[in-house]
This record gives sequence, C-alpha cells and structure tokens, in this order.
Amino acid sequence: MASNSRWKKSLLNFFHLEHYWKHPLFSAVRRTGQRLARGLRQWSHSLSKAATATRLSELLLIAAAVASIGLLIVVPLASVFVAAFANGPRAWWEAIAHDPDTRHAIWLSLTVAPVAVAFNTIFGIAAAWLVARFRFPGRTLLVSLFDVPFSVSPVVAGLALVLIFGRQGLFGPTLATFGAKVIFAWPGLVLATTFVTLPMVVRELIPVMEAIGPEEELAAVSLGANGWQVFWRITLPNIRWALLHGIVLANARAMGEFGAVYVVSGHIAGATDTMPLRVEKLFQEYRTPASMAVASVLAGLALVTLVAKVVIERQLEAESKELEAARASDAGTDPTTGGDLS
Amino acid sequence: MHSTMPPSATIPPRSRRPPPSRRAFRTVLPGFGISLAITSLVIVSLVIFPLAVLFLRAASLGPAGFLAAAWTPRARAAYAVSLGASLAAAGMSSLVGLLVAWVLVRLEFPGRRILDALVDVPLALPTAVAGLVYSTLYVEKGWLGQWLVPLGIHGAYSRLGIVLVLVFVSLPFAVRVVQPVIESLDKDTEEAARLLGASRSQTFLRVVLPGILPAVVTGFALALARSLGEYGSVVFISGNMPFKTEIAPVLIVSRLEEFAYAEATAIAVVLLAMSLAMLVVVNVLQQRLVRNSQ
Repeated sequence: MASNSRWKKSLLNFFHLEHYWKHPLFSAVRRTGQRLARGLRQWSHSLSKAATATRLSELLLIAAAVASIGLLIVVPLASVFVAAFANGPRAWWEAIAHDPDTRHAIWLSLTVAPVAVAFNTIFGIAAAWLVARFRFPGRTLLVSLFDVPFSVSPVVAGLALVLIFGRQGLFGPTLATFGAKVIFAWPGLVLATTFVTLPMVVRELIPVMEAIGPEEELAAVSLGANGWQVFWRITLPNIRWALLHGIVLANARAMGEFGAVYVVSGHIAGATDTMPLRVEKLFQEYRTPASMAVASVLAGLALVTLVAKVVIERQLEAESKELEAARASDAGTDPTTGGDLS
Repeated sequence: MHSTMPPSATIPPRSRRPPPSRRAFRTVLPGFGISLAITSLVIVSLVIFPLAVLFLRAASLGPAGFLAAAWTPRARAAYAVSLGASLAAAGMSSLVGLLVAWVLVRLEFPGRRILDALVDVPLALPTAVAGLVYSTLYVEKGWLGQWLVPLGIHGAYSRLGIVLVLVFVSLPFAVRVVQPVIESLDKDTEEAARLLGASRSQTFLRVVLPGILPAVVTGFALALARSLGEYGSVVFISGNMPFKTEIAPVLIVSRLEEFAYAEATAIAVVLLAMSLAMLVVVNVLQQRLVRNSQ
C-alpha cells in the first residue's frame, strides 16, 4: 500500500498532474468509477456469496476462452459452410458432382485413406502387442521411433519417398523396367499417407493395453488357447474402443493429408488429385466457390469424426472406470495377486 | 489399493507364494515373433530407410555442395520465417491452450462440453481447408478482414497469417497436454496458499504454475514440432513470397517442382535438423523443470 502511494506521488510529480488530480471534474470521474466498481462487486457478490471477486474473474476467464476458441475455430468452421452454400444447395451439388475431376478426387480419397488406415491398424496392433506385452532390448528406442513421423515435416517425408521411388531415385529405374509406378501414382499416395498417420493407432493402443494388463491373456493361454484365439476373444474385445478411436483419428488425418501427398502425387487432375489437393487446385484456378464446396465436404467429414470421437471417448472412460473398480475389488478380496501385477 | 484398511489386517496371513517374475510370464504369451517382424518391417522400411536415404543423398553432395544448396540467401530467409512463425505460434498456442485447459477443468458453465469437443476440430479438419478458410476470412472483403484490414492488420498473405494458421493447427496439442495435469493438481495446496495470505496471482505464479509448467513446455514442444513442418494450411494463406512469407517446406516443394532434387534434399535435412534440435532443447528444458519442481 505504502509503495503504491509512493508510486502514485512520484508519477503525479513527474507529469505535474497534482493539479488535475485534485480538479473537481477529475475527482468526480474518479468517484464515479469507484462507485461503479463497488456496485459491480456487490452485484457479483450477490451472484455467489462464497467469494466476492471470484465470480467476475471467472466470468472473464470463461469469456476469454470462449472468445479465443470462437475466433480461432468456430468462425472459420462456420464460414466454410456459409461460403459453400452461398449460391444455394444446387450450386453446391453441381460443384461436387458435375465436375469429373472433383468426382475422381473424392473417389481417390475414399480409396487411399482406408488402405492406409488398414496398414496402420495392422501395424498398430502388432506394435502395441509387442511393446505392451514383452520386454526386450531396444524397446524404448523402438517406442521413440514410433513418434518420428510426427516430428518430420510431411513435405520432407514425401521428398524421401520421391528420392527412393522417383524417376531419378534409388529404385526408380528398376521400377521403370517393370512398368510399375509409385511416385505420381496410387501406391505413392498410400505410402505417404501411411507414413504420416503411422503413430496414430499405436499411440492409442499402448496405454490401454498396459492399463488392462496381461492377466486375462495369460489365463487364456494357460487354459490352452492358441494365439489367434487369445487375440480374437480376449485382446481385441478389450481394446476395441481404443482401436476404434485410433482408426477414426487416423482416417481423419489420412483424408485430410496435404503436404506429403502433394509432393508424391504430382497433382494430376483426374488422376492423382485427392480431395485436399482438389481444394487447392480449384482455389489456384480462382474457382473459390467450387473449392469451398469440396472443402465443406471435408469439413462435414471432420464434424462426423468429432462426434464419433466424443461417443468413443465416453465408452473408453466408462471402461477404464469399470477396470479400476474391478482392480479395487480384486485388491480388497485377494491380496496375494491384487497388488503385485498392477 | 483402494481399500481403507490394510488387507493383512482383515485376512489371516496365508503362505504367500513368491510372485512369478514378470519376465517369466510375459514370454508365455504368443506372438512375439510375428509382432516383432511386422513392427520392424514397417519401421525400417517406412521410417528408417527413407530418412537414411535422405541423409545419404544430402551427404553425397559433399560439404561445399551442401552449403551451396542449403545456405542460399533465399533458403536462410525461409528458415528464419519458419522458425520465427513457429516459435510465435507455439508460444501463442501455449498461452491460449493454458487458458482454455484451465477453464475447461476448473470452471463450470453451460456449453463446457461443447467447448471441449471444439478444441479437437483442428485435429479432424484437413489443414488445406483451414488454410483456405483463414485466407478468405482475413482478406479485405472477408468476415474478419473487413474490420481488421482498415486498421492495418493484414491477416492474409502476411507473416501474421502464417502465425494464425499455425496457432489453429497446433492448439489442440497445447490444450490436451496441459488439461490432464491441471485435473491432477491438488486443490488443497492452492487453498492453503490462499489461507496463508497469498494473493490470487501469487498463488497462481508460485503454487500452480510450477506444477503445470513441464506440461506447458511439452505442449509448446509439440506445437512447435507441428508448426515447423506444416505445409498444407500455410501455402494458402502466406502468399509464398520469397524472402518475406516463404517458409522452408514451401521452398522445398518449389525446388522439387523445378526438379532441383539436390537443393530440396539439403533444405529438407536442415529443416529436419532444426526440428530435432528444437525437440532436444525442449526435452532438456523440461527435464530440468521436472527436477526443479520435485
């Protein structure tokens, strides 16, 4: 308090403001301000009797958070749909369905993404099983390698594929003699997409598998189940929601991947353009309404993904609570095994 | 674990079998061979091999050739724009992310769950769509541009635009890393600090922040890694003017389109090294923070 008034005094001296500070007009304004603040404080006090200033600052925080999410996320998302349907639904439909190149792009995205996601599902299950159920030298290194695609720029990943499979690349000449094409063709798109989404399924599965623990699988093996039986009857049902979560997210990323696919596709309209590439090409050709129409399809897909994600997360939460409850009751009744394994 | 009384107090002690060692019974499970085979095949062929080819190709240029390709004035400008915009975006994402995570965890208000779900939109929305929309929003006739451009704020075809889309793209990482840590914070400590006479800001700076700072730094690192490599959204909004708004990934692509593979590779290696160095720096920082808070 003392330091505060000293500051005020020196500030007033510095600017020669004492005169104005004591001026009736100024002090009237000052008093009104103080009265307003007091009134606001009393009003917020009446809102919650527990804390005086808490409500106001909380409201400000909420407003700030809502405003930033609104400005950064909601407004852009809303404007996609507004812009896409600006000329009516018929124009939207024509932009989507009557342009053969756009139709092909949609078809290509619908074929590339599932294949990439399928690869990642197989890899994800195998890798998570390996890491969550076995201990072996190099395991930590392996886990950190899973994350590499997240820190490599998609463009760099695409470039690496071009260096391997491109016409001047490592295997390019060999591939050419067989007439096979990877770069500027479907296989390149699948490879690039797979690389970019590689960590997504494993990342979801490892924590869930580790939380569930190997007890049920061990019981099945000890009762004579073979590997496939253990997988289909125990492991898969246990991890199904986590797996679905990973697949949904990987699919969203696969459908929307731009950088890596851009580099390997050669963006040939009607041949190697996926939906995001089509959005860019239409934009470059100054056909913004058509570009927005394709973008709105992708945005709609994103919204569906989001809803699916929320539903799946609710299931996951319920299952992890069930697991915890089961653990707790195990620990209560059978102390010889309860604590050791978890 | 969760029982209130120690189990030994209620159940008469039995002869305790020694628990079988972890190692022994993990090897009983089937599938080690096949899962190792699949995993290493994918990792080697899809991650290690391509990156190795990239590095070897760059190394084959020789030191002088590498420098000539990777250290041109235009490339240096691109690195600077990439790094500057990514740092700014990651910083902004961390701040906004901390705010949003705090509000989502600690405060109750109508629409909280919707806000929570909306945070994930950038993960699901293709970055190309984000870039397209942002550029149309901030141009002179756009929804936001009509207010901002007269004020001299150019959100499209400028460095500010790059930062804006990068914040959009990296925001979920910043929020989702901090959120569970705030959830796990002990509210009693904060109350104790308040009761002992600390002000609200003191409580936040001295009690809350040290606990969540490692998570904030991790979120910053993830946001930075994502921002440094981002291409799809930036290419729409930046205008891609060399020396001004051209980021390194865009430069790589334009070199590729000129079939200048050597130059593209060299720039890619620098970009890769930059993001790896950033990750290392942030990791060290984070470890130090964790050690300090313990």
